[in-house]
Amino acid sequence: MTADDSFIRIENVTKKFGEFVAVDNVSLDISKGELFALLGGSGCGKTTLLRMLAGFETPTSGRIIIDGQDMGDVQPFNRPVNMMFQSYALFPHMNVEKNIGYGLKHEAMSDGERKQRVSELLDLVQLGQFAARKPHQLSGGQRQRVALARALAKSPKVLLLDEPLGALDKKLREQTQFELINIQEELGVTFIVVTHDQEEAMTLASRIAIMDRGVIKQVGTPTDVYEFPTSRFTADFIGSINLFDGTVTSVKAGKARINAAKAGCTFEAPVSPGIKSGDAVGVAVRPEKISISRSRPKSTTVNAVQGEVLDLGYFGKDSLYRVKLESGELIRVNRVNDQRVEEADRQVDWDDKVWLTWDANSAIVLPEEP
Amino acid sequence: MQNRSVFLLSTLCFGFAFLYVPILIMMAYSFNSSRLVTVWGGFSTQWYGKLLENDQVIDAALLSLKIAVVSASFATILGTFAGLTLARLGRFKGRTLFSGMISAPLIMPDVITGLSLLLLFVSLETLIGWPSGRGATTVTLAHITFSMAYVAVIIQSRLTSMDNSVEEAAMDLGSTPLRVMWDITLPIIAPAMVSGWLLSFTLSLDDLVIASFTNGPGSTTLPMLIFSKVKLGVTPDINALATLIVGVVTLGVVVAGFLMFRAEKQRDRDVQVAIAANE
Amino acid sequence: MSELAGKSVSSSATQRSGFQRWLNRNGWRKIVAGIPYFWLLLFFLAPFFIVMVIAVSEAAYSIPPFKIPFSWEALQANIATNFGYLINDSLYYTGYLNSLKIAAISTVFCLLLGYPMAYGIARSSGATRNILLLLVILPFWTSFLLRIYAWIGLLGTNGTINNVLLAIGIIDEPLQMMNTDFAVYIGIVYSYLPFMILPLYANLERLDNTLTEAAMDLGSTPARTFLDVTLPLSVPGIVAGSMLVFIPATGEYVIPVLLGTGSSPMIGRVLFDEFFLNTDWPVASAVAIVLLLLLVVPIMMFNHYQARAEGVE
Ligand SMILES: Nc1ncnc2c1ncn2[C@@H]1O[C@H](COP(=O)(O)OP(=O)(O)OP(=O)(O)O)[C@@H](O)[C@H]1O
Ligand SMILES: [Mg+2]
Repeated sequence: MTADDSFIRIENVTKKFGEFVAVDNVSLDISKGELFALLGGSGCGKTTLLRMLAGFETPTSGRIIIDGQDMGDVQPFNRPVNMMFQSYALFPHMNVEKNIGYGLKHEAMSDGERKQRVSELLDLVQLGQFAARKPHQLSGGQRQRVALARALAKSPKVLLLDEPLGALDKKLREQTQFELINIQEELGVTFIVVTHDQEEAMTLASRIAIMDRGVIKQVGTPTDVYEFPTSRFTADFIGSINLFDGTVTSVKAGKARINAAKAGCTFEAPVSPGIKSGDAVGVAVRPEKISISRSRPKSTTVNAVQGEVLDLGYFGKDSLYRVKLESGELIRVNRVNDQRVEEADRQVDWDDKVWLTWDANSAIVLPEEP
Repeated sequence: MQNRSVFLLSTLCFGFAFLYVPILIMMAYSFNSSRLVTVWGGFSTQWYGKLLENDQVIDAALLSLKIAVVSASFATILGTFAGLTLARLGRFKGRTLFSGMISAPLIMPDVITGLSLLLLFVSLETLIGWPSGRGATTVTLAHITFSMAYVAVIIQSRLTSMDNSVEEAAMDLGSTPLRVMWDITLPIIAPAMVSGWLLSFTLSLDDLVIASFTNGPGSTTLPMLIFSKVKLGVTPDINALATLIVGVVTLGVVVAGFLMFRAEKQRDRDVQVAIAANE
Repeated sequence: MSELAGKSVSSSATQRSGFQRWLNRNGWRKIVAGIPYFWLLLFFLAPFFIVMVIAVSEAAYSIPPFKIPFSWEALQANIATNFGYLINDSLYYTGYLNSLKIAAISTVFCLLLGYPMAYGIARSSGATRNILLLLVILPFWTSFLLRIYAWIGLLGTNGTINNVLLAIGIIDEPLQMMNTDFAVYIGIVYSYLPFMILPLYANLERLDNTLTEAAMDLGSTPARTFLDVTLPLSVPGIVAGSMLVFIPATGEYVIPVLLGTGSSPMIGRVLFDEFFLNTDWPVASAVAIVLLLLLVVPIMMFNHYQARAEGVE
């Protein structure tokens, strides 16, 4: 992405609380109409970054530019940005209609226009019949939608959503995720969503930034961050993965051979140009990329390893196996149950000796971090 | 388990009897027709009649009410400002001193507060000629000073229990800080301001010691009048006055409590309806 | 749509007047904090300095009845005279000791009665709890003076208690209760009991029920659970409540005057009389300063535990 089409630029932003660095030299470019997710564990600085965009915190250093305007001196109430708060922060003494219309009080529009806009928003979030209710008379999901409508009322250029679905139960969450995507597509507003739920980030976002202890580890599309993690942290954080320490023994035509002692086998995997023979690296395979079988594979030394099924869990659509290698390490293997199998016919069972194999393109090499 | 609840129950009964029996006996004797307060001479309301004819009592009561209304109103404004300062303005220079000056009046013995305020008024008069003499004005100033501390504490605890992202949300939607205060903060703390006003009002009506120090010779507040009579012993008309005051206050508190209770009930019902109506 | 938002931002920015801009930039904060700050400096802090100045002045037959010292020697002489009284005249030091003793003993009785009451209220449920709380708060709103007055009728030689006891035949001649230390204790415990119960209740109510359940689950008897869990966790409430009783009780004036005229004098009354009867303002100020010094530690304890009991700061 070039600097020209970036709508929001975060340049080397750092935020310190006393000595503690909550956000550490973060740079991000987000383009117009994107649904961007900030993903990271608790306390990694997501909310702090969002609050700097909204203007409630001032960066210790660095710049934030929105639509070509430096936000340095712009007060929260003058920013073309609206926020949906983690706690929703609905005004307890105002009904739904007043809550949604609150931001419009400051716009130059007639009462009629204002009413019109509020009723549009009520329709958008399907809360027409609740217009006169106070927040405490609403369910969690309804409150969430009021907060969304209120933040959208002023047609902000950017909508910041802090854990928008955090308070909802699983089912309502999934349903609301798609509503959010629909609304975002309909309005074309840039959304920045904070979440600590990786599945939610994958479902919602067109791009994801993964944060750890104030630092952005990786930015990319959901596929990128899942299939091509660039660091151990991302690999481990997104989905589940089998990760081993290894040493590169040879590099040939973009493929490396890696010796992983703990796994008891040699990996063959594509690598980026920087990697050379002798490097210490991490090597990883996702559970669903591994096939499990009792029969002996063609190669028994490269991208293949033998073990014993320690336990298996049946989850309906798939099964999870935990296989113990000779070294004592455990490997997780995931298999989709795409056929109905009778108990007796199951190919692999407890205590079976099995072979695990994977494709060379499925293994991921993760350079050692400085 | 059983022993424990028996013990708790009996202490509760004893404690409440201790708190209420003396007042009830005093109220009963206000309907005694005998002048001898300890001998029951039959039912009568004559002391209430006598009370209402007593101009001294009426004047003192009116003066006390006037002081209480004025001081409670000022104390509510100042105390609200102080509570906002403590809960919302974060750190500033002199904050420790400020919060110390808010909490100290709550427990300062009345004799010290009274003496120091009187000495202040005397010094101010000597230095700048104001306030000239002492009377209702100086008593009111003194009452504002200690009442505002109570209001500040009430407002502060209300604000700290309130999520401040509500205020940030309003600012995010385009309101300047001043507007946020007007649109969001004040309506939310309004009930706390009402409690603060009522508390200041009763504190002022009840105060004897500070008023004795800061008052001048011309005016007598109701507690001062009662005190001077009570020092001479128990009289049936004071019993009647006490019964009236206690009765009015009890009625007020019970009605207020009931209204709040009903509002809470209504709220619970609303929430139930809302949940039932939800998909 | 985003154009609309952009336009309104710039237009509202230009419309604002200079004063409003100043207000929006922190100016309103200065007003909100400044007014009460100034008020308290003038009417709460400044008076203490004046008391200090007068405590080192010389009593005089003038209006106002004191002379501020203008030389180092005069200052020293005044301090020696005014504070010398407090050390040498038994009226003053027994006054202080009496006040501290009476306040301390009353505080203990308030705690002994108030703790089980607060605990009982915190353990009761729903409507009962609200009514009990209302009954504790109600005396707050009724006249302090009149509640003390009610005891005069009860404790007198031919008061209600004596009459009842005589009638039942427990005693043959009336007990002397009025104007004794006993009456003062009763008066203080009676009027300050709600101040003990409320902070204790607030503390005990917040105490997580699952904690005691966890302790019992781990094998503690109810009594042990109380000693190991409930009591230690309610220390902030105990301290806050005790200080709320002890501090004002030490300086109490009305109760000893109405119920304990004949008994040992408390310092509040000594101060009051020194000021109004003897018109010795310097000595009265010295009495106030020493009283304040005696109370500094309890006041600081109160502030510390109050903050902890409420979970603020
Ligand atoms: N006002 C503050 N003062 C001091 N430290 C703060 C402040 N606000 C946040 N922090 C610290 O900064 C770090 C990042 O906080 P932040 O709220 O941004 O986390 P988060 O990623 O949103 O976490 P969560 O998922 O739990 O909401 C935390 O360690 C927090 O303790
Ligand atoms: Mg957060």
